[in-house]
Amino acid sequence: MRPGGSATPPLSGCLDTVDRAESTPEVAQPYAELGLKPDEYARICEILGRRPTSSELAMYSVMWSEHCSYKSSKVHLRQFGDKQPEGGWPQLLVGIGENAGVVDVGDGWAVTFKVESHNHPSYVEPYQGAATGIGGIVRDILSMGARPLAVMDPLRFGPADAPDTRRVLPGVVAGIGGYGNCLGLPNIGGEIVFDATYAGNPLVNALCIGAMRHEDIHLASAKGVGNLVVLYGARTGGDGIGGVSVLASETFDADGPAKRPSVQVGDPFMEKLLIECTLDVLHAGLVEGIQDLGGAGISCATSELASNGEGGMHVHLDRVLLRDPTLSPEEILMSESQERMCAVVTPDHIDAFMDICRMWEVEAVVIGEVTDSGRLTIDWHGDRIVDVPPRTVAHEGPVYDRPMHRPRDLDALAADDANALARPHTAEDIRATLLRMVASPNLASKSWVTSQYDRYVLGNTVLAQPEDAGMVRIDEESGLGVAVSTDCNARFVRLDPYEGAKLALAESYRNVAVTGARPLAVTNCLNFGSPEDPEVMWTFAEVVRGLADGCLELGIPVTGGNVSFYNSTADTAILPTPVVGVLGVIDDVERRTPMAWGPDGEIIYLLGDTREDFAGSEWAHVMHGHLGGVPPRADLARERLLADIAIAGSRDGMLTAAHDVADGGVAQAIVEMALRSGVGARVWAPDQVTDMATFLWSESPGRAVVVVPRSEEMRFTAMCAARGLPAHRIGAVDSGLGADTGYADQQVLQMGDVVVTLAQIREAHDATFPALFGA
Amino acid sequence: MKIGVVTFPGSLDDRDAARAVGLAGGDAVSLWHGDDDLKGVDAVVLPGGFSYGDYLRCGAIARFAPVMRTIVERAGQGLPVLGICNGFQILCEAHLLPGALTRNDHLHFVCRDQRLRMERVDTDWTNSFAVGEEIVIPLKNGEGGYVADDATLDRLEGDGLVVARYLDVNPNGSRRDIAGISNPSGTIVGLMPHPEHAVESLTGPSTDGLGFFSSTIRSLVGIGS
Repeated sequence: MRPGGSATPPLSGCLDTVDRAESTPEVAQPYAELGLKPDEYARICEILGRRPTSSELAMYSVMWSEHCSYKSSKVHLRQFGDKQPEGGWPQLLVGIGENAGVVDVGDGWAVTFKVESHNHPSYVEPYQGAATGIGGIVRDILSMGARPLAVMDPLRFGPADAPDTRRVLPGVVAGIGGYGNCLGLPNIGGEIVFDATYAGNPLVNALCIGAMRHEDIHLASAKGVGNLVVLYGARTGGDGIGGVSVLASETFDADGPAKRPSVQVGDPFMEKLLIECTLDVLHAGLVEGIQDLGGAGISCATSELASNGEGGMHVHLDRVLLRDPTLSPEEILMSESQERMCAVVTPDHIDAFMDICRMWEVEAVVIGEVTDSGRLTIDWHGDRIVDVPPRTVAHEGPVYDRPMHRPRDLDALAADDANALARPHTAEDIRATLLRMVASPNLASKSWVTSQYDRYVLGNTVLAQPEDAGMVRIDEESGLGVAVSTDCNARFVRLDPYEGAKLALAESYRNVAVTGARPLAVTNCLNFGSPEDPEVMWTFAEVVRGLADGCLELGIPVTGGNVSFYNSTADTAILPTPVVGVLGVIDDVERRTPMAWGPDGEIIYLLGDTREDFAGSEWAHVMHGHLGGVPPRADLARERLLADIAIAGSRDGMLTAAHDVADGGVAQAIVEMALRSGVGARVWAPDQVTDMATFLWSESPGRAVVVVPRSEEMRFTAMCAARGLPAHRIGAVDSGLGADTGYADQQVLQMGDVVVTLAQIREAHDATFPALFGA
Repeated sequence: MKIGVVTFPGSLDDRDAARAVGLAGGDAVSLWHGDDDLKGVDAVVLPGGFSYGDYLRCGAIARFAPVMRTIVERAGQGLPVLGICNGFQILCEAHLLPGALTRNDHLHFVCRDQRLRMERVDTDWTNSFAVGEEIVIPLKNGEGGYVADDATLDRLEGDGLVVARYLDVNPNGSRRDIAGISNPSGTIVGLMPHPEHAVESLTGPSTDGLGFFSSTIRSLVGIGS
């Protein structure tokens, strides 16, 4: 055992070769410590016809971990591929299964994007965990042949005022900033949500978007017998050994973090060099196949490349450049050292490949070659230590159809009606509620966080947090751009996993559409508790079913993503949190619709229907600490219609501003628009909504607030009427309200009888994070 | 007008600086850190980023790059040089400008739209502005606190070498709110905020940054100072 406790197979001072494994079948192996079950170990022995060597055991243990093999989720995730329109998805160039899916965005451009979790490492060591989460997802995008364009971070933490949140959140934010800023990728959005269930199990998800020309798409496969396998980038060290199996696939013990040595340490400078070097070798046409090294390191890269290619590869493991020369072959195979890539290069291109690496001062070494043996063989100073069929490592791991059971408390939760909670009625109570809501941690300004991220670098950021979606320009000539949003109201998912998943999808879809971009594809990061808990597993299955159905209904495919199980501490599982990322395309970013409204006199419309939907709402959470009732149904046909209207309004110049209505309801949407523009407004409830609290804080889906110049009002309302989308005139932008309401020279928001200045709202909205986490 | 933009390992805003040069009407020429040839450029921009990962000290390794030998030599002969953020740090490390940039006083990286007051407008990089003109351009740094001893600060202020100062808030603890300084002849300017990120209304908080790049083009064709 190494100091600190990461388990590696005992060597007893003797190299465990294939020959030795054959001659010593009786040797007891620490498969349980490596996270393998007895039947999984038996299956490895059956595949090999002997016991595995310690190196083989290391490889199988990491590759068959939940994190790498998706063994508990595979049977459900198939729906993302199975539920598709007749003739397949027209926009999909590369589907699920590669490092990241690729979609066609027109003009010969392709975009790839993916969201992944780095939850457990970020709890153990917040800074490095979050930093390497960014590094890993960026390499996934890079390995498709794309130039990374931007990153986003959906984050979930325990209660905002919990002592451990004050340890974890600032570290995570500093890590995301420290890595992403140094890497030169703008951070254009994400989420920060607090809930008690995330205490001890923060969710640190990272999303990256990249773009490339169609002809630059690359895949992870080792084709062409005799081609060379090059490992390049950072040297291999002892960091992250066993990270996959020991960290990501085991529930934390109640006694807290003690697994520090398993967390990787990032070097964003090396990653920046790796990006430029990789794009240079790809564009020079020097690469046959490429794979990043992330979870499971060399074990994963070599077995996946071989499995996807000719099926054979031979590796000289002793050629790997090491940061720590005392590492054993098992440790080298398992190391999760960051900033490494693996490329397959023809012998006549190898000199040119090495020249480019030298130019970027990136170390590179040929570690092996592609063979037609159908085996992945690995030697250590001439001795054979691995001889396996690569598919059995990479793709034919165990698959479990785990027991499922509908959570026993679902009916009781549903019966606990949120619509029966006491609501404010007087102007005074509504005003107090408004100020408390905008200051609550989930709705308060996140600029304490986002001001630590560079949103400007690369000069193509058109929209960034706090806008509904991040938007970046891809093509400076044509103005072609993409928008991305990530969303999930996990309380909805807890109350009704199937509908909740659809609602998360709908919200993300809506956030993209209100900017004027046409939604095109979906990525997801499914964060759940233990799959060995039948209630968690049932919830997971319902969520996947909801997402797959929803995607089919909306006409946008899931292109990839990630499953993170075991997010539970002792007996407490997190709220089921399927973070959904939607990517949209916009022909000309000049046409985007921001959330800040324009000058005086513009008219504010609420699109969609407002019902009494307080179940799972932020209002019920903040004002009553309540979670119960039946969440709203997702009406995806309505969402499509709303998106069509928002996109047409953007394209035809009918909208000055638009903002999705979700967490915190119409009140929050109006407040955010007013704060973003700095101009006040008068707002009233539509005739159909008699209760002011319902108007302000209900979270009925399928709604957006849009702002229309007077000159476009007729045209816009006629379009909504013709298409059958309810459009309610709920207000007007008015910079002169202050004088009428006793606040001369101030910008004022008037909502019904309630009058509040923007300064008062801003003070409440901005103070929360600095008060919690320091100035 | 050919304006060189240097790429060091870890430079991040080199593309942005080249775009800004182009939008201002110049021709951006890419210069490589390992090559001491300036390719006949008329001026040089040292862009923002994290050259060499900010290891050792921001700009401390970059100043020894082969390209910097030529730049230091040519700057001594009057070649206009603008250092932005990490470029400013490199100029200080190379002793082309006095003082140093240190860790922000609040210890966080900060990215914000920053209001500045232009104070010296007869340099090769600021002659498009008016004295006292207020502009808004992005600021983003982790180590942007400008420090120098009192005598140096007094001399900078006394000789009118402060190019721009922070308004509203001092975002990083810079002494005397200094956002940028120049050499006495006005050929070399170091600036912590990022004018290259404020050259298009679509992507920046303003287009105020363009003035820095059009200034040098004006100087080079003999319109400016």
